[in-house]
Amino acid sequence: MAIAKRKPKSGRNDASAVPDIEPAQLQKFYRDMLLIRRFEEKAGQMYGMGLIGGFCHLYIGEEAVIVGVMGAVEDGDGVVTSYRDHGHMLACGMDPKGVMAELTGRRGGYSHGKGGSMHMFSTEKSFYGGHGIVGAQVPIGTGIAFANRYKNNGKISVTFMGDGAMNQGQVNESFNMAALWKLPVLYIIENNKYGMGTSVMRASASHDLFGRGAPFGIPGHQVDGMSVVAVAQAAAEAVEYVRSGKGPYILEMQTYRYRGHSMSDPAKYRSKDEVNRMRQEHDPIDQVKNRLLEDGITDEAKLKDIDKQIKDIVTAAAEFAQDSPEPDPSELWTDVYGEA
Amino acid sequence: MAIEVLMPALSPTMTEGKIAKWHKAPGDKVKAGDILAEIETDKATMEMEAVDEGTFAKIIVPEGTEHVAVNLPIAVIAGEDESVDDAANAAPAKPRAAAPKAEAEAPVSVEAAPTAPAAPRRETAPAEQEWTGGSVTMTIREALRDAIAEEMRRDENVFLMGEEVAEYQGAYKVSQNLLQEFGERRVIDTPISEHGFAGIGVGAAMAGLRPIVEFMTWNFAMQAMDQIINSAAKTRYMSGGQMQCPIVFRGPNGAASRVAAQHSQEYASWYAHVPGLKVIAPCSAADHKGLLKSAIRDPNPIIFLENELLYGTSEPVPDATDYLVPIGKARIVRPGEHVTFTAFSRMVHLAMEAAEALQAEGISAEVIDLRTIRPLDVETIVRSVQKTNRLVSLEEGWAYSGIGAEISAQIMEQAFDYLDAPVGRVNGKDVPLPYAANLEKLALPQVAEIVAAAKATLYR
Repeated sequence: MAIAKRKPKSGRNDASAVPDIEPAQLQKFYRDMLLIRRFEEKAGQMYGMGLIGGFCHLYIGEEAVIVGVMGAVEDGDGVVTSYRDHGHMLACGMDPKGVMAELTGRRGGYSHGKGGSMHMFSTEKSFYGGHGIVGAQVPIGTGIAFANRYKNNGKISVTFMGDGAMNQGQVNESFNMAALWKLPVLYIIENNKYGMGTSVMRASASHDLFGRGAPFGIPGHQVDGMSVVAVAQAAAEAVEYVRSGKGPYILEMQTYRYRGHSMSDPAKYRSKDEVNRMRQEHDPIDQVKNRLLEDGITDEAKLKDIDKQIKDIVTAAAEFAQDSPEPDPSELWTDVYGEA
Repeated sequence: MAIEVLMPALSPTMTEGKIAKWHKAPGDKVKAGDILAEIETDKATMEMEAVDEGTFAKIIVPEGTEHVAVNLPIAVIAGEDESVDDAANAAPAKPRAAAPKAEAEAPVSVEAAPTAPAAPRRETAPAEQEWTGGSVTMTIREALRDAIAEEMRRDENVFLMGEEVAEYQGAYKVSQNLLQEFGERRVIDTPISEHGFAGIGVGAAMAGLRPIVEFMTWNFAMQAMDQIINSAAKTRYMSGGQMQCPIVFRGPNGAASRVAAQHSQEYASWYAHVPGLKVIAPCSAADHKGLLKSAIRDPNPIIFLENELLYGTSEPVPDATDYLVPIGKARIVRPGEHVTFTAFSRMVHLAMEAAEALQAEGISAEVIDLRTIRPLDVETIVRSVQKTNRLVSLEEGWAYSGIGAEISAQIMEQAFDYLDAPVGRVNGKDVPLPYAANLEKLALPQVAEIVAAAKATLYR
């Protein structure tokens, strides 16, 4: 993608700090983020109707992180994340119908209904899951990078983790080996400030999470994860670094989830003011929308058109997810072992 | 079109709740994400957000109402091109007919009972051909090394990683000369980070490689348990068959000599418990080689349990690079008539010694080397019990929830009428393994105990 420094423009103080971006790219970011937002809202609604069961971790508020990062990777780069994964799958290009049908536990789901919200994969899109154990995807993502280096295929691994994962032993073990072997892995910390109900302040002795790579010599920095343009620019630079063979890199995205940890979390550990302030002042989608309008890249009618397209996609996904039949009972016994 | 707002389920178990407060009144604009109401459940009070856009038209269930069933219409939102009055009047004030089917309290009817087959399809291992070609005598350590080397020559995607496998040539010298032949790209020394490198192996396998991950001993693999069970074993199933994890975890298992409790555990039953894993525990040198080669070629995660005390044993091994032993096939290593022994790994040697001792007393024991613990070759055990009518299970690990317990249950289910005596078990004693030489000996299965257990099934 093309990102250059934004040309100074009169009447805009922060202009020099804001990277420039192609209008088409910005519009795509808007669309991709909106798809995730609307998809997740629909998932929340369907959860409320009992159509989706179990755990359902929504990504609402954090859309800029995955959308900005995916703007910087290329086809064939591996992506792996934790259980808050719906947004990652959509941004990887996976079919919203297949994702939603997995949420409803139906035959048309990516895992034929056997994985659910936290366990979906796509070999076609190089998406390696959806992992339910905090931090477990980090060695796996490091292993994907290992395989890329072994095959010398020029691909990298983009491995996402939450702030809660930073205190898992296997994450630090992975950092050490990734640095030791200079593996092509970009670690993205999605710091949404809370590991379930425990804030970073109460869980981590050091709060600069990107700094956890420093003992191993892994460079990194913080990024405004509510700004998709900032995310895209930082990711582009980090991806280039990683792909060039210099070893791993860490980006700590300062982000925020509007909803609870999972559907059944009343989120009493933070104030409504805090949530509202983030929604009103830092919403990633509103930021892009305002810029699209201010810069005259697009108009209200065009935005409305995009909204309509997204709504149709999400509605179709929801319908598919309800119409798709439950897995055949014989599916109970399949896919435990592969044929030797 | 009028949009009905339904009472939401806000947790996996919620069936009803209280509408604590309405945040919108008729006439208010509604945007996706706006808070419509506060809903109180038995666990918490949560906010209910709007998904649709429009104008709030009507409250059906007023605030303060308790025991509102999930999915009951509680309000109406007028669509963007619709008047509030029309919407309020149009909306039916009763539950929709098309209620979701996934209701938590749905009664289980006989008709709805699952029609799934009662058991998984049983995989039958390919027939094993007796080796008639030439053999070379080598140690089990060398047989393992040759198996790895041959498979690495055969498949570029096979690599070996673990602690001390490269420059040190293997903590137990299993990987001798592999670094010299294949280089550091394919023979990789890891730091002491079992959880981390097991997970790196899993990720590499998911991305198309064929890792062999050596644990210096299986005792250290407990650090890696989450990656072995949650990631390696379950991924194929959770992905609906899309993702696979062809990986071999191997290393010495069970008691060695005087290394005490933390370095002496036998893990067969731990891993055999898990669907998705195959568990192999060979005894002979030929089986070590043939089974390890099969394991490396298998598309599933494999637990390969070796034994330090066997590494130095020299035995003939078929002299061929295509010699494979099928996974899932037991082998009768000594035919007999009066009692059957099942054993695996080093315990096969004890079974053979006990059989020899019993022979002197006129008792003929049949010894089955299980070789694979999962999938277990129950058929071979059943056929033997049909002949001898007596069974003693030998196992170095603890009896409680052990392999012997599983074999007892299987034989009770499949050969109950053929048993002339209760199934006997000889196991390691139910204590952490002690250090003192005499106590250690007492804690591990002894030939005399096996002889006594066999006689007990014969009421002698």
